[in-house]
Amino acid sequence: MTDLTRVTAAALAELLSTREVSSVEATRAHLDRIEAVDTDLHAFLHIDSDGALKRASEIDQLRADGHEVGPLAGVPVAVKDVLCTIGMPSTAGSKILEGWMPPYDATVVARMRSANLVLLGKTNMDEFAMGSSTEYSAYGPTRNPWDRERTPGGSGGGSAAAVGAFEAPFALGSDTGGSIRQPAAFTGTVGVKPTYGGVSRYGAIALASSLDQVGPVSRTVLDAALLHDVIGGHDPHDATSLTDFWPSFAAAAREGAEAPSLKGVRIGVIKELGGDGFQKGVNDRFTEALALAEAAGAEIVEVSAPHFEYGIAAYYLILPAEASSNLAKFDSVRFGLRVTPEGGGTVEQVMSATREAGFGPEVKRRVILGTYALSAGYYDAYYGSAQKVRTLIQRDFAAAFDRVDVLVSPSAPTTAFTFGEKTDDPLSMYLNDITTIPANLAGIPGMSLPMGLAAEDGLPTGLQIMAPAREDVRLYRIGAAFEALFAQQWGGSLLDQLPTMAGMGAERATVGAPAPAPASVLPVHGAPEPGFGTEPDGGTR
Amino acid sequence: MATAHGSAELMDFDEVFETYEPVLGFEVHVELSTKTKMFSAAPNEFGSAPNTNIAPVDLGLPGSLPTVNETAVRYSISLGLALGCQIAKSSRFARKNYFYPDLGKNYQISQFDEPIAFEGSVEVELEDGTTVTVPIERAHMEEDAGKLTHMGGSTGRIQGAEYSLVDYNRAGVPLVEIVTKPIYGAEKRAPEIAKAYVATIRDIVRSLGISEARMERGNLRCDANVSLRPRSKAGEEPAPLGTRTETKNVNSLRSVERAVRYEIQRQAAILAKGGTITQETRHWHEDTGTTSAGRPKSDADDYRYFPEPDLLPVVPSAELINELRAALPESPAIFRRRLQADYGFTDSEFRDILNANILVEMEETVKAGASPAQARKWWLGEILRIANAQGVEPGTLVTPFNVSELIALVESGQLTDRLARQVLEGVVAGEGSPDEVVKARGLAVVSDDTALIAAIDTALESQPDVLAKIRDGKVQAAGAVIGAVMKAMKGQADAARVRELVLERSSKL
Amino acid sequence: MPEQQVISAEQVQHLAGLARIALTPDEIQHLAVELGTIVDNIRKVSEVATADVPATSHPIPLTNVFRPDVVGEVLTNEQALSGAPESADGRFKVSAILGEEQ
Repeated sequence: MTDLTRVTAAALAELLSTREVSSVEATRAHLDRIEAVDTDLHAFLHIDSDGALKRASEIDQLRADGHEVGPLAGVPVAVKDVLCTIGMPSTAGSKILEGWMPPYDATVVARMRSANLVLLGKTNMDEFAMGSSTEYSAYGPTRNPWDRERTPGGSGGGSAAAVGAFEAPFALGSDTGGSIRQPAAFTGTVGVKPTYGGVSRYGAIALASSLDQVGPVSRTVLDAALLHDVIGGHDPHDATSLTDFWPSFAAAAREGAEAPSLKGVRIGVIKELGGDGFQKGVNDRFTEALALAEAAGAEIVEVSAPHFEYGIAAYYLILPAEASSNLAKFDSVRFGLRVTPEGGGTVEQVMSATREAGFGPEVKRRVILGTYALSAGYYDAYYGSAQKVRTLIQRDFAAAFDRVDVLVSPSAPTTAFTFGEKTDDPLSMYLNDITTIPANLAGIPGMSLPMGLAAEDGLPTGLQIMAPAREDVRLYRIGAAFEALFAQQWGGSLLDQLPTMAGMGAERATVGAPAPAPASVLPVHGAPEPGFGTEPDGGTR
Repeated sequence: MATAHGSAELMDFDEVFETYEPVLGFEVHVELSTKTKMFSAAPNEFGSAPNTNIAPVDLGLPGSLPTVNETAVRYSISLGLALGCQIAKSSRFARKNYFYPDLGKNYQISQFDEPIAFEGSVEVELEDGTTVTVPIERAHMEEDAGKLTHMGGSTGRIQGAEYSLVDYNRAGVPLVEIVTKPIYGAEKRAPEIAKAYVATIRDIVRSLGISEARMERGNLRCDANVSLRPRSKAGEEPAPLGTRTETKNVNSLRSVERAVRYEIQRQAAILAKGGTITQETRHWHEDTGTTSAGRPKSDADDYRYFPEPDLLPVVPSAELINELRAALPESPAIFRRRLQADYGFTDSEFRDILNANILVEMEETVKAGASPAQARKWWLGEILRIANAQGVEPGTLVTPFNVSELIALVESGQLTDRLARQVLEGVVAGEGSPDEVVKARGLAVVSDDTALIAAIDTALESQPDVLAKIRDGKVQAAGAVIGAVMKAMKGQADAARVRELVLERSSKL
Repeated sequence: MPEQQVISAEQVQHLAGLARIALTPDEIQHLAVELGTIVDNIRKVSEVATADVPATSHPIPLTNVFRPDVVGEVLTNEQALSGAPESADGRFKVSAILGEEQ
């Protein structure tokens, strides 16, 4: 029988709709997989086995009764712990919210429930999404399924690892400066940060309100699109939510995969995001990806974004400033932790003791930094200037998009780094976000998809594609085309090469990258194998 | 500290002005009477059970987001226009960051560098009819905080409390804060100007229908800034402004007047002794008529304002501004002059109405059909008496429409004045409209002559001596019979009609 | 590195007060050094932020996003208090607001 954890969400939905499998079976398969690997991986902070199985059985019943249940009905999904969920604790990876049960659902969660998806549980993250490695989770780090000595990236390392390790077909993440895309790159999965305002932020525990965006994490571009179709669209609860009509992203992904051609597509390569300072294996894969695109008919154009070098600086002013204010609500009065100093104290002292005990080191660092950036006498030089840099970066993007349809770069300068490698040096951790931050500052959509393994360490690399604001559909069409071209080249999906997890049998099967053929002999013009990238891959090799 | 108050040394009020000149400034907070809160769809309602008018954002729940109430924005623009302000082409919200347990998010959504309205002025009429112009710096939109109740300790005050309880029902109620520019030249009339200014703001917001403006409920709150500077001699440059204090918690017109007077006297006494004024917040104590030191203003007041990233700029269109401008009611001063002329009241008759703060009620009552004289009689009479006894504003007791109904019932002879007072009592007690109270309490005048004649006949027959006197033309003797009849009718008869009938029956029996 | 003291320990202490975090002396020392390095690297934003460049506070510009003044869903008192560390009489309970020495 098909291993139900190995199929894509789209394929699983198909099996469910034809009643070849039940949602209970699909859900149980994923719960079994979680049980087998998650003690080691720690992708989940909360697993709602009973709730998931109960809901799965209800959905099976609805289907049996002939109700219209929706295209993704019965498919399991994992949810980043930054999102409010009724019935499941929502902690944002922080001790200060340990055990907090929200009295309301985030809009995206409510939409997934209405679409009859089955919520498996909540995934691990850096505390309040502050971090790029999931090492700052107050509940312990998540391991990278590709190499357990390495981080899965962050902040959404939990969702990426869960999807990459087949614990869930897809998941939700949130992306403030790369928290969806960088973990996707580190785990060989797909992650999309939608246009700012394209997906509701209501019920997403805010890090930096003007940068945060919720988005899908998956193993294929189509699956991300299917989930994006469910969660996207206007929400009156979020004033920054766009009222645009959004086309079907799934249709765009299918169209892109169907005849994987990039004919006539102008692809811009941002000079500032690559080359020196990037890991050689990352640069090599990126160069090959460009060659592949060119061979598939794309026009490659080098563009310059002169202000990107100020992006990290602006980001690490805007984010801490907004976060220092957003995190003020954690004060021990209405929810969450309360720590009373020995011998009691005034409410001020209780608040201060609670925040000292409840926040981890990175949160304190950024809250103090943000308080500094906003404080009297510094506002203009720091926060005010950072917002001007934001304008300059938007102008850089506007100029680039005048010449090209999409922009590409490596999703991250390196492959997954090891635990502790960057925690002692916050600045080096921050610098890792150089590729992903500009999209958040400008509000434009970005996607990361697997681009092959780096030769030197055999770890996944990611290709980032960025489109103009509101043109998310372009990401899905072009991303799906890239995905299909890669699949042709590799003879399957990158995750086929995932080393077997502990307790699941064999040792790591392949070391290093699949030897990519030279660009010149790539079979780019051949007809794609039917369904590549969208169909079950048949499980273990 | 801060527990002792009332012991400060004061300088004689008149003496102050020989040496010092007061400079005033006011921050008036107006709670808007919208159906929902400024940033959430929870009800904006007074008097509900604690923590029941609550949406996630009112508690600052993680993940919650604010959304702007359109009506509150319209009200704010109308108020800005009524204050003679310019309306901003683009206005935005900002976060004012400070920790306090009545603030669910530990920041208040307010406005900072781009308020909705700015640069206006208000004409304030004093009791003797002179007019003072108060310059307005800005009016901006913000949200109210929750309500703290201090428990334990003896006073119920914050000092000495063991713990506090927080109710967030009021958190997020829409406010407009109106900030004046410094007011110079008030001199000895400073306390009176303070009171008249707040009364004018109250009249404006009530005439706009955007706030109930009930100071006792905190719908309208005044923070009074007072500073003194040395009087400059003729030809000299004016002295720089003195250090100011901000007196909070001033919750009646009378208190505004008293608090300003007190601060002027207190500060003068300190300065006269060579002391310095501490820049601080002071709390007004209604019971002792004094202020006490609150929090000192210091560098701790670093509010770290920044543009609210969860909300978008408000850009009022010219059409909207024109629409709201066209809908503005006349200014309270013009309104007052017009009403006095329409009603034909003398200055002193009209002054009573203004002092009792029932002008709007008067107007509504007359609009509903009552004569100005009758409306004045009821509002200044029985209603004001009950209001004074209960320590509330007359307008809070009964609606103008109900008063006009009551007057109509009296004029049609269905109620006597005495019965009408009982009906009013029922209406004030919440028993319903005058008609409903009449029915429920069975208070209608017995207008059925048959019942009256029966009662009269019984009375006359039981008092043959009186009957004889009446027949002899001693009409005043009828009083005894009338009294007996009224008693038999439990007062529910028209005495004049009873008298008529007594005389009529006397001749027939 | 004499000019390394971009942010002093006293400053960190003050900021921690504003942010209501009871940092330990060790944390304060450590943060003063770390924040100094970070601020050194991020202050470059002012190099290009000239007066003629407008600030961007929202990545996608929108205006006049309003909600009609209609009552919507509210939390019950139980829901409102469900996460409270302490409550009494339908309200949230906190310890005394003023210290005795204030």
